This record gives sequence, structure tokens and C-alpha cells, in this order.
Amino acid sequence: MDIPSHLKYTAEHEWLEIEGNIVTIGITDFAQSSLGDVVFVELPEEGAEVSKGDHFAVVESVKAASEVYTPISGKVVEINTDLVDAPDMVNSNPFGDAWFVKIQMSDTEELEDALDASAYEAYVEGIQ
Amino acid sequence: MPFETDLLIHQSVKGRCGVDLPTPEVRNRTGQNLRESIGLPEVSEPQVMRHYTRLSHQNYSIDENFYPLGSCTMKHNPRLNEKLARLEGFAHLHPLQSEEHSQGALEVIYQLTDWLKKLSGMPGLTLDPAAGAHGELTGMMMVRKAHEAKGNPRKIVLVPDSAHGTNPATAATCKYTIVTIKTGDDGMVDMDAFNAAVKEHGEDIAAFMLTNPSTCGLFEPNVKVIADTLHDIGAYFYCDGANFNAIVGKVLPGDLGIDVMQINLHKTFSTPHGGGGPGSGPVMVSEALVPYLPIPYVEKKKDGTFALVKENETSIGRIKGFHGQFGMMIRALAYMMSHGADGLQKVAEDAVLNANYILHNLKDDFHVPYPGPCMHECLLTHKKQKEHGVTTMNIAKALLDAGYHPMTVYFPLVVDGAMLIEPTETESRETMDGFIAAMKTIAKRAQDGDATAFHAQPQTTFRKRLDETQAARKPVLVEDK
Repeated sequence: MDIPSHLKYTAEHEWLEIEGNIVTIGITDFAQSSLGDVVFVELPEEGAEVSKGDHFAVVESVKAASEVYTPISGKVVEINTDLVDAPDMVNSNPFGDAWFVKIQMSDTEELEDALDASAYEAYVEGIQ
Repeated sequence: MPFETDLLIHQSVKGRCGVDLPTPEVRNRTGQNLRESIGLPEVSEPQVMRHYTRLSHQNYSIDENFYPLGSCTMKHNPRLNEKLARLEGFAHLHPLQSEEHSQGALEVIYQLTDWLKKLSGMPGLTLDPAAGAHGELTGMMMVRKAHEAKGNPRKIVLVPDSAHGTNPATAATCKYTIVTIKTGDDGMVDMDAFNAAVKEHGEDIAAFMLTNPSTCGLFEPNVKVIADTLHDIGAYFYCDGANFNAIVGKVLPGDLGIDVMQINLHKTFSTPHGGGGPGSGPVMVSEALVPYLPIPYVEKKKDGTFALVKENETSIGRIKGFHGQFGMMIRALAYMMSHGADGLQKVAEDAVLNANYILHNLKDDFHVPYPGPCMHECLLTHKKQKEHGVTTMNIAKALLDAGYHPMTVYFPLVVDGAMLIEPTETESRETMDGFIAAMKTIAKRAQDGDATAFHAQPQTTFRKRLDETQAARKPVLVEDK
């Protein structure tokens, strides 16, 4: 399973790429392989305000519909519209083309709970 | 043997007609036919008969074989039910007929209401909802109305993550925000998470929606504590009673502090489920919610006759045309009366016994996420088989080749690769032994490294392996031919 070392992770199986006060969020390789073939992705609107713990997107696979939660509060500044047209990218390239949203953080301290790659790897092994 | 058959509309030959139709007499103001064509297939009667008979051969139903679809209670529908529902006086009754000429039907509704009140231990009841999810909606509309009557509809509904998907959907439809409560390691409601949510949201909580017995096939042991906690903050306790089959005659939901519960006549009381028949989702309520029950309902007058009550100021109003799925009510009442109170207890006992029989016999072959005993359904996962490249979906497809309808797959979501098996009480030990043997063979094949063959299954069905992903990603909704 792929867990790139330069990213941060959450217990809800999202990855976070942090650049200044902008965080790019997607779901991990483990998440996509658990979900199975993704057939539909619903994203928030650009400009939406989100609070930590809110669900901001829905991923539907052949097995189930799951919500994606944001680990941080802030404003959605960009959404990946390509993903809506090609939801299979979540399976083929979860850490690259299949990013979901970019959020402008309102409180960077909320990121303190995020896991680094080795902590996330240990967490995933623990639940398997 | 079923074979390829074209849609009737493609079998159409211009001018062919199976019946002798009179020339239409309805004309528009200029004397022309209203329409030149109504686009119906032009086919003969034998073509129509053969078409639908062939299609029926490709179907799979409870009347053919075992149908262990978890949380769906695919039990045998006794033919006595059908006989009674077809009695002329019921079958040909018009819903607009006068009360005087509908006394028998009104008495059926009244008696069924009475039976369900006794079986639930709850004082109020509506038979109007057309199915379980409609019952949920009706129940939550009453909850909202009751809160509104006290001046505050409140904001939040708590729902466990193992709930039927319709629960959060219902609460959202009633304009509530959903707060999800995690399931604990034992498959029950995580009481720490529940208490934390109650502490955080307090009197913003309108209700808690619990499926009990749960979709993990377990009876929630903290149900009374949950009820008391909710009542302390003025919230209502909603119970999804879709799995009532497991406890009918054994537990009175009213004793558990439940305020509102829908049950599914078409599950617990055998009215055709998956047999093409409609559902029926009565809702039982506690004293606090009685004023909000939908209209109309049936009352017994002092002279012993029955009347429809159509006006009630506090009611949430009408939720269905006429009086719900009356045909299902006849079948359910027939089922209850032919079983009797003792027979219904035996239903629950045998349903639970059968599920535990399957669990016991498969527990060494498949991973069991929550140790038994279970209630009316047992939960397995693909954990052991996945190591050999065989998933729940592969197991389900292999069951098709073994001649069985698969169990419920990938639900509940709280475990990976769920297989939820509900045999129901109507299956014999021999039938279950056949199913168990098929499952054991599948487990052995997986262990023996037969993954590639699994991926090519099913082989014996009319259509082979379907591409579910493509069907979902690029559905063909309008035929282009």
C-alpha cells in the first residue's frame, strides 16, 4: 500500500498536503482500496465555509456511499471538477490527480492532530 | 431453459393486434381522433404470454429456494394469506364505498391495529404508511410536530453508524442535522460516544434513531438506559423496528421506553416481500405522540360498528391516499390469527435459533466480527478469504452458481466485507444444511487458491459476470436502438 512520506494523514483516511495556509485534501490508497471501484464523487461549492469535523464530500463506490470529513476549518478555495467527471481517478491515482478540494485554513493549530506517514501506516496496520 | 428475448416493443409488427378493439369514439372538436398512435407494442396474445413467462423463468424468488437476504426477512408467505386477500368482498371493495358498506374492511383495520398495539405494548398506531421508510418519515414527522407544539422543533437527530441508511435520510428529510454515533468494538452503540453527544448537544437533540435488533444482528443491551437519557433531555426515542421478527411476542417495545417505532408488515408478518407485492409500514407511538397520528384512522362506535375518523386538529395530516396498503393488512392479520400469540412467539424463537444454527456451523470457516449468540441474522465477513484474493462479492457470485440467492453484502458498513445472513424461521434444517455446505465449499475453494475461478463466476446464470462498476459509472438509462 502506498503512503507517501511528504503528506499528513487523518484517522478518517484522508491525506493532507500543506502549503502555507492552503491544505489540499484527498483520500488515501487504503481508503480507495477499501471502498472498491468509485463511481461517483460529490464536492462542495467553491467558497463554502467548513468547520472541523464537517463532511464536505461524498464518495460513492459499488459497495457504499461514504462521507469525507474535513480535519480543519476554513474556506473551500478550489475544487477538483475533473474528479466529478472521472471518479475512477480516486482508484487509479488517489494521491495525485484525485485531490478533492483546497481549503484555506482559518486555524492552523487544528493540524496538530494530523498523523505523519509512519504514524498513519501503524494506524492502518492496527485496524487491518 | 431461458433464452434471449427481445423487448416487446421490438417484437412489434405494424397492424398486429391480440384483441379485437372497437373503433374509438372519442374525437376532438374538429372530428379527428385525439391521437393517431399511442405507441403500444403491436403483438399477439401468445407473444405477450411467452415474453413474460420467459422473463419469469429468469427470476429468483422465495418460492423457488432459500433467500437469506439479511435485514430483509425473506420468509415464506403462507398461501392462506393469499386466499383471504382474494375474497371478493375485500378484493373488489372500492376505497370510496360508504362506511356502511365497508364494515368488514374497517373491522380488519381495527383488529390489526389492536393486535399490533398488544404486540408492541404501545398505545397509538397508524397503518397508513406504504412501507418501512414511509413509516420512518411518518414517525419523524410526528416527532417534529410534537417538538413544535412545545415551541421548539430542535435541530439534531442522533443516528448510529450501523443504522439502516433510511434512518439518516428520514431525519434529513425532516430538516434535522444528523450526528453519527459510532458502533463499539462489541457491535453495540458506543455508550461513551452516545453520552458525549448528549452532553454536547443536550436539548438541541430531537430524537435518537436506533435499529434494534441492530443490523449486526444484535440486541442492544443498553436500550433502557438510552431511553431514560433521552427522556431526561426531552428527546424522543425512535426505534427502527424492521427487525421486529426477532423479538415479536418476546419483548414489548413499549416496555423499553420507545416513543415511536415503525414495523414492516411485509417482513415480520409475511405479506409478500420481494414477491412483487407492496410494503406496509405501520407506526406505533407512545402516549406523548398519540395526538399527532395521521388521519384517517378507524374507531369502534358504541353500537359496535366501525367508523373512519377523518378530522383531528393536532394530527400531522394525511400521508397516503385512502387507507394505506389494505391488501397487506388482510395478509398480516391472517398471519397473526393463524399463528396466534403463542405461534408468533415461536416465530421469533425459531428465527433466532435458525440464525444461530448458521452462525455456529460457519464460524470456523468465516470470520465472525461479533461473537454470538446473535438474534435473527448473523454477520460474517470475508476477512479469511480476502487473504486468498476472494472477497465478499466473489463469494456472493459463487453462491449464485450453487443455486442460492446471496445474503446481504457489504452491509452493515461498520465491518469490512460484511455478509449478513437471515434464514428466517420458515426454513427447514435440511435447507440450511444445504446452504451451509455450499458456504463451506466456497471457503475451501478460496483457501485452496481458486481465486481466478471465482472471478469468472457466475457461470450458470442467464447473464454471466456483470460489470457493476461500468453500470454505475456509465448507466444506460434510455435505450438507443
